[in-house]
Amino acid sequence: MRELLWLVPTLPLLGSAILMLGAGRLSTRVEAMIGALSVGLAAIIAFTIAAGFLLYAPAGTVYEQTLWRWLDVGGFSAEIGLRLDALSLVMMLVITGVGFFIHLFATEFMEGEEGYGRFFAHLNLFVAAMLLLVLADDFLALYAGWEGVGLGSYLLIGFWWRDPANGLAARKAFIVTRIGDTALLIGLLLIASRLGTLDIAGAMKNASQTWQVGSPVATVAAFLLLGGAVGKSAQLPLQTWLPDAMAGPTPVSALIHAATMVTAGVYLIARTHALFLIAPSAQLAVGVVGGATLLLAGFSALAQNDIKRILAYSTMSQIGYMFLALGVGAWSAALFHLMTHAFFKALLFLSAGAITMRIHHEQNIFKMGGLARRLPAAFWSFLIGSAALAALPLVTAGFYSKEAILSGAWADGTSGRVLWVAGIFGAFITGLYIFRAVFIVFFGEEHTHVSGTYGWRVIVTLTVLSVLSVVGGLIELPPVFGHVTLLSNLLAPVLPATREVTNLTPLLLASLVALLGIALAAVLYWRPTRAPAETPLWRFWHAAGGFDWLYDRLLVRPVLWAARVGRNDVVDRVYDSIVWATRVAHQEVRRTQNGRVRWYTAGLAIGSICLIAIAVLR
Amino acid sequence: MATAPLDQGLLLAAILFALGLAGVLVRRNLLFMLMSLEVMLNAAGIAFIVAGARWASPDGQIMFILVLTFAATEVSVGLALILLMHRRITTLDADAGDRLRG
Amino acid sequence: MILLWLLLVPAAGGVLAWIAGARHPDWPRWIALFVLAIDFILALTLIGPAVASGHTSWIASLDLPWIPQLGISFELGLDGLSLVLILLAIALGFVSVVISWTEITDRVGLFHANLLWATTGVIGVFLALDLFLFFFFWELMLVPMYFLIALWGHERRFYAAIKFFIFTQGSGLIMLVAILVLVFVHQHATGHLTFDYLALLGTKMSPSTAFWLMLGFFIAFAVKLPAVPFHTWLPDAHTEAPTAGSVLLAGILLKTGAYGLIRFVVPLFPDAAHAFAPVAMALGVIGILYAALMAFGQNDMKRLVAYSSVSHMGFVLLGVFAWNTLALQGVVVQMLAHGISTGALFILVGALQERIHTRDMRLMGGLWGAVPRLSAFGMVFAIASLGLPGLGNFIGEFLILLGSFRVSVPLTVIAAGGLVAGAAYALLLVQRAFHGKASPHPDAAKPIDLTAPHLAVMAVLVIAIIGLGLYPQPIFDQVAPGLAVLQHNGAPSVGAAAQGSQ
Repeated sequence: MRELLWLVPTLPLLGSAILMLGAGRLSTRVEAMIGALSVGLAAIIAFTIAAGFLLYAPAGTVYEQTLWRWLDVGGFSAEIGLRLDALSLVMMLVITGVGFFIHLFATEFMEGEEGYGRFFAHLNLFVAAMLLLVLADDFLALYAGWEGVGLGSYLLIGFWWRDPANGLAARKAFIVTRIGDTALLIGLLLIASRLGTLDIAGAMKNASQTWQVGSPVATVAAFLLLGGAVGKSAQLPLQTWLPDAMAGPTPVSALIHAATMVTAGVYLIARTHALFLIAPSAQLAVGVVGGATLLLAGFSALAQNDIKRILAYSTMSQIGYMFLALGVGAWSAALFHLMTHAFFKALLFLSAGAITMRIHHEQNIFKMGGLARRLPAAFWSFLIGSAALAALPLVTAGFYSKEAILSGAWADGTSGRVLWVAGIFGAFITGLYIFRAVFIVFFGEEHTHVSGTYGWRVIVTLTVLSVLSVVGGLIELPPVFGHVTLLSNLLAPVLPATREVTNLTPLLLASLVALLGIALAAVLYWRPTRAPAETPLWRFWHAAGGFDWLYDRLLVRPVLWAARVGRNDVVDRVYDSIVWATRVAHQEVRRTQNGRVRWYTAGLAIGSICLIAIAVLR
Repeated sequence: MATAPLDQGLLLAAILFALGLAGVLVRRNLLFMLMSLEVMLNAAGIAFIVAGARWASPDGQIMFILVLTFAATEVSVGLALILLMHRRITTLDADAGDRLRG
Repeated sequence: MILLWLLLVPAAGGVLAWIAGARHPDWPRWIALFVLAIDFILALTLIGPAVASGHTSWIASLDLPWIPQLGISFELGLDGLSLVLILLAIALGFVSVVISWTEITDRVGLFHANLLWATTGVIGVFLALDLFLFFFFWELMLVPMYFLIALWGHERRFYAAIKFFIFTQGSGLIMLVAILVLVFVHQHATGHLTFDYLALLGTKMSPSTAFWLMLGFFIAFAVKLPAVPFHTWLPDAHTEAPTAGSVLLAGILLKTGAYGLIRFVVPLFPDAAHAFAPVAMALGVIGILYAALMAFGQNDMKRLVAYSSVSHMGFVLLGVFAWNTLALQGVVVQMLAHGISTGALFILVGALQERIHTRDMRLMGGLWGAVPRLSAFGMVFAIASLGLPGLGNFIGEFLILLGSFRVSVPLTVIAAGGLVAGAAYALLLVQRAFHGKASPHPDAAKPIDLTAPHLAVMAVLVIAIIGLGLYPQPIFDQVAPGLAVLQHNGAPSVGAAAQGSQ
């Protein structure tokens, strides 16, 4: 079965190619079938391979499959190859599994849209690139997937291309992440030049052999990889693109901007953990970035009125938790949270989509209200998702994964304790902002008109994801009770072990603040009526700390100004001035060419006199 | 046989040449310009004669005859040109014929 | 002998096309297609291993006496580098004929004659090993190109054509002087008057002489490349040229500049070039960023593509002067990929102009709704030109950066910024032309989508750019022996290298 691994990324790619080539010739039904089934088949193969992998683990718990040699030049070679180990296995299952259900949801959600086939073509392309990213055994192939998902994200954010605002959001997403990508590329250049290979496993091995702990080169390399990670995962300081990316259709937000692509940074750092272990300052930076982002995004989520933007900031904040986990060395906890987050955030986005598709694509929560009775399916799934996000103790997947992160931070010395404080505060805000949304959207007066019904595809998807959001956490239970370690056992060969925390204090505190947050939300928003007043503080957080404003002034405007002013190419002015000088000289000289014989004679005479004078006087 | 002193002869030639040149430059009538040109040619001729006498060489006189020949041909061609030009622009003003202005 | 045929076939085809054009306007087109197909097949037969002998490695070579009194001979040599560039040249020539089918209706015979002669000149440049012959072909390719712009161009065609001619001719003159001085210096040193490239390699001369001669060659090729600050002829020439002219310019003529740098500047003056490398690389990096900024600011779609071309050529300049295997192989791939992707973009702009009669992006917008196929191809090539992995340009840029990283880290890091800038202008192009609201421009209302010939051309180009991006190894293998020889010749002498590294 393992030999079929290459089919996992190839099938969605094939689906994408068929949909692109058949644009305009296929019926909507066929397009939906191709779009969803290509990912579905990939998922089936992936799960079969996973079963085989778990039952009969290959030697060294790694299965490698080289597809072809990409380049081999001047002592440098790179190949397109797949590497299946526990880490990529988990990622592959999340991508194909959650991805398939989102595709299924989308076949119903996107019905009647112009460009139905194009949507699935791009979505399949994205899935293929994402699978390449996580399965690649070579940094260059990983980078190809990395850029490929950026392209998919760009195409899908700008899917409704008639509105220039969507195009702007799409370009912003691509260009901001490209800044991070470029840092990553420079990091790859450094690794290739210093370690002699871009094979991930080989490079990591060489890194720990050639570089001392804390060596400057290793630190620079780690920081460059971190640059790539923060770009893709929308962390400080490259986080500004994610809220705008909500311009895309909701399934896109669920798949790309919640479940998969934005977690690529987490995957990258986990994959290159060997490098971060020999660059402690970079690893600390990962944690700090995560902690800062989770707070910033949490506060910002509190000041949003658009349901998708709330979820966007919440995504940013949750990925902040994952970064925090990586920073404190709770490697498998980061992956655990990545997985549960993929379940419950996809669920949240899809149930938000399920709401908006029934109320004429209204996204302002203050124009919803009282939807619990009207849309029970959406209500329950959104509620389950919110509970998981807010880490409602014991019954949700989010609780176990977030608890693992916070315990990891608790146990990681002084810096870990500081980050733990940030995390615990963030947990409080999480409960507050998401239940604020729940209360405002589903309770109180109705402000909107509900139409239509759900088909089976929406219901099935929401059900499956709801179940996963509840039970998904049971594969890893804390030592103090249950002590199930399925995931960390699986990940043990690829990721360093996490410290075990037997202390009950962090667990209790985490549960307490989550409940406190929810309770405060209930108190404040049980009977909401009006949108909040626009105080300066509210505006500050609504704009997520003004980073957009800052970048606009610092970078965007100067470049636009330079492009506008320099449009006519100053260098050409130099040549123009040569032309101008020639013209002027010509004008002056042609004056003497006045056609008058006497004038010429005079010139002749004066010239002769001068010549004679020179000859005589010399 | 007394010969004219070189200095005075050359001075005369120079004065004549300068007069002729001034005539060419100042007069606008083509006919007068042509005549001034003749004066200049003759000035050159005087210079040749004087120099030939000074060094007792026949070359000076040979050159003078050459200059005379030139002058004759030049006048004949020049007058023909003037005639043609007069037909075309009905004036003898040299400055009017500035069609070759750049 | 096959090399001679490679030149004679398109040259004779040009004459034939001119004559046939008087009979029927379609005849020259078919003749041109046929001739280029023959030429392509001829070139294809040359693919294969090189015959290594001593320090040379030619796949095929030819040496006929021409003007022996002056040491000038008709000497041609073909290695992998020449071969891939010749294949690109012929293929793009072919494409140019196809896409001009409906665009050019005036003086069809002369147009195709010029097109074929320009191709001949370019092939000659890639083959010539005698410096005199090289200069001959160098000038030969300019004249037909001048006529292509001046006779079939757009609004300001005379301005553009004359600017093009003065820039290239002026720089060609500098090169001629440099060639002559080099030959005389060689004669002075060895007593042997020759224009033979192989004989002139390793000529002993004082460092300052070498520097000035190197500069003479460098300027000629840098103008052609074009490198900032010699680039300003290019946007005008591209903008005003007919589509086929733009394709030839971007796809082939610019490559002669890079080819000249690789073949002549560095091997003939290794020490001087090595000393000059930081300046040249810096020019390359400035070019990448400056041209990207310029591209970002344009309203004319063709000018945008033209500036993107300059930006890509900045990478080429950077790679050439990094002068190691990685960078040089990257340069070769970058040249091929740029020829394909930029050529394709020019074709699309041309097709758009044919349909909506404007190149001004302020008058476009929302074209995806009207011409989805054209827009989709535009998207593909815009993405190729921003260097997405999986498409050819990425391989080129990555290898160039990897190669130059070993030579200069700061310059490489700045050059990598070009990737961000590239994304900015390429996506802006897509946004302004294809996305957004449909324009109120009257001609933009109901254009027809790409027709079969254009679709076929585009499909071939897409396959080519993807192939180059996913499996470039055959190109590397074909070019490697020739590059190894060039690198051997271009390696700085031991003393200079030690000096340079201090």
